Amino acid sequence: MVNLPLFIIIPFGMAFFIPMVSRKIKWVPDVLGNITTFILLILSLMTLNLEYVYHIGGWKAPFGIVLVLDGLSCLLLIIINLISFMATLFSVEYLEKLYTSKLRYYSLFLLMVGGMNGTVLSGDLFNLFVFMEIASIASYALVAFGCQASELEASFKYLVMGNVGSLLVLYAIALLYGKTGSLNMADVAKILINIPYDNLIAFAFVLIISGFMIKSALVPFHAWLPDAHPSAPSPISAMLSGVVIKALGVYVVIRLIFNLFGFTPLISNVLIYMGVISMIFGVCLAVLQWDLKRLLAYHSISQMGYVFTGIGLGTPLGILGGLFHLFNHSLFKSLLFLNAGSIEYEIGTRDLNKMGLLYKKMPITSFATFISSMSISGIPPFNGFWSKFIIILAAIKAGRPIIAFWAVIGSILTLSSFSKVLKYSIYGKGEKFNEEKWEKIKEVGDLMIVPLIILSVLCIFSGLLLYGMTEGIFSPVINVLNGGVVEYINKVLGS
Amino acid sequence: MIYYLCFVLFLIGLYGVCCKKNIVKIILGLWIMEYSVNLFLILLGYRKDGIPPILKPNTDISQFTQKAVDPLPQAMVLTSIVIGLGVLALMVTVAIRLYQRYGTFDITEMRKLKG
Repeated sequence: MVNLPLFIIIPFGMAFFIPMVSRKIKWVPDVLGNITTFILLILSLMTLNLEYVYHIGGWKAPFGIVLVLDGLSCLLLIIINLISFMATLFSVEYLEKLYTSKLRYYSLFLLMVGGMNGTVLSGDLFNLFVFMEIASIASYALVAFGCQASELEASFKYLVMGNVGSLLVLYAIALLYGKTGSLNMADVAKILINIPYDNLIAFAFVLIISGFMIKSALVPFHAWLPDAHPSAPSPISAMLSGVVIKALGVYVVIRLIFNLFGFTPLISNVLIYMGVISMIFGVCLAVLQWDLKRLLAYHSISQMGYVFTGIGLGTPLGILGGLFHLFNHSLFKSLLFLNAGSIEYEIGTRDLNKMGLLYKKMPITSFATFISSMSISGIPPFNGFWSKFIIILAAIKAGRPIIAFWAVIGSILTLSSFSKVLKYSIYGKGEKFNEEKWEKIKEVGDLMIVPLIILSVLCIFSGLLLYGMTEGIFSPVINVLNGGVVEYINKVLGS
Repeated sequence: MIYYLCFVLFLIGLYGVCCKKNIVKIILGLWIMEYSVNLFLILLGYRKDGIPPILKPNTDISQFTQKAVDPLPQAMVLTSIVIGLGVLALMVTVAIRLYQRYGTFDITEMRKLKG
C-alpha cells in the first residue's frame, strides 16, 4: 500500500528544499534531484495493480478532496516518473556545459513533476485545475530557461496559448459547479446522469475539452508546440513531448470523456477525425523540417493523433492500441529528444545539413537514434509497430477501413522523414558537412549514455508487455475506460 | 442576464488576445479574461441579502441555509487569483526580457521561429 499524497509531497518539498541547501556546494542539486526522481519511480512501480481512494483529512468523498488511484492513473504515474528519472540523469552532464543555475532548474523540474503527479491522481475538478496550472507554469518557465531571443519568443507563445486553455477550463468548471453544485468528479458525474442533458452541459463540455486539447496540441490547437518543444533544454523537451502533453492533455481528456460526461458516438467521431487530421498534418509538416528538434516536435503532434484515433474508436482493442501507443510514444519520443540533445551537446547545432557520419564518432548515440527512429516509424520488432498495428487492426474491426488507410499512410510518411534524419546525420553527410569539426567530435559522457541505453532496451522489449493482450498488464486500464461513468462513481463514492 | 454579460467580457478579452499586436495589450486581454472568469465564479455564489457563511452558536440552521451565501466559489476565486498573479508575473518578466532582446513590443517583428 503506497501513501498517495507522497507523490505530491515529495517533489514539491524537494523543489523548495534543493535551493535552500545547495547554494554553496555544486554537486548537491544533482544528487538530490536524481534521488528524488528515483524514489518517485520506485513508488510509482509499487502502485502497479493497486486500486484505492485516498480521502484527504479523512473527509468523505463528495465533501472532502479525494485522490483516486486506478489503472489509468497508475499507467500515467509510471510514465511520468520513469521519464523524469531518465531526464534528470541526462541533465547532470548536459546542463554543466550549456546552462547555468542548476538549482533553479531542478526546482522547476520537480514542481513540474509534482504538478503532473497531482493531475493524474486528483479526483476533484478544481484540484485538477490547480495541479495543471502548477505544472504548466513550471513548464513555461523551463521553456524560457536559456533566455535566448527565440526561447523567450516560444515561451511567450506557449504562455498565451496555455493560459487561454486554462481559462477555458476554469470557466467550464465554474459552469459545471453552477449546474451541479459539486466539484468532486464522481459526484458531478452522478448528478449529470440524473438530470436531462441541456445546452449548458454541452457548452461546458465543449469549453473544457477544448481547453485540455490546447494542452495536448491536437491540430487546430497545435501552434505552440513546434516552437516550445525545440526551444527548451533537451531533457525538458523530452519531458514536454514525452510526458506533459500526455498527463495534462490526453489523460484529462480521456478521463473526462469516459468517466464524467460519458462516451457517445458523436464524441467518438470528433476524436477520430481530429486524430486523423493531426496524424497526417503533423507528419506532412515534419517531412519539410531541417531543424532536428523541430522535426521531432511535429512528430509529437502526429503521434498524438494516433493515440486519439485509437481511443476514439471506443472498442476495447482500440483503447488498448491508443494507450499502448501513449506508453510507447513516451519511451521513443523522449529517447529521440535525448539523442538530439547529446548530438547538439557535441556538435553545437541542430541543423541536419551541418551533421554527418556520426556513427563513426558517436556509436552508442547513433545506435539509440536508429532504434528509436525504427520504433516511431513502426518497424516490426520494436514497440511502435505493435501499438500502430493494434490501432490499424481495431480500425478495420470497427468497420472503418478508411481510418486504417490513413494510419498506414501516416506511418509511411513517418518512416520517410526518419530515413531523412538517419541519412543526413548518422550514416551519410549533410550539404554543409564540416570535416575539421567532425574530427573533434567524441562520444558523450557515461551519465548521458546510461539513460539512452535504458530507454533503447525498453523500446526493444516493451512490445512484450502485450503478452496476453486483454488479460495482461493493460487490462486494469481498459477496465477503467470500459466501465464508463457508473463504475467510476461506484468506485469513488463507494456506493 | 448578468452571466451573459460576464461571457461577453470573456469574449472581449479573447478578442484582445487574438487581434492585438502589442505584447502588453495581449497580456491585458488575458487579464480581462481572467477577471471575467473570477467575476463569474463570485456571481455563482451571490445571493441577495445574503449573510456570511459562518455558523454561530444558537443560530437557526434552516434559516441559515436559506440566507447564507455559498462559500466554495469564494475559496476558489482566491486560489484562482493567486494562480493568476503567478502567471501574470511570469508573463510580464518574459515581456520585459523580449523587449530587451528585440527592442520592441510588436509581436509581428518577432519572427525567429517559423516553419
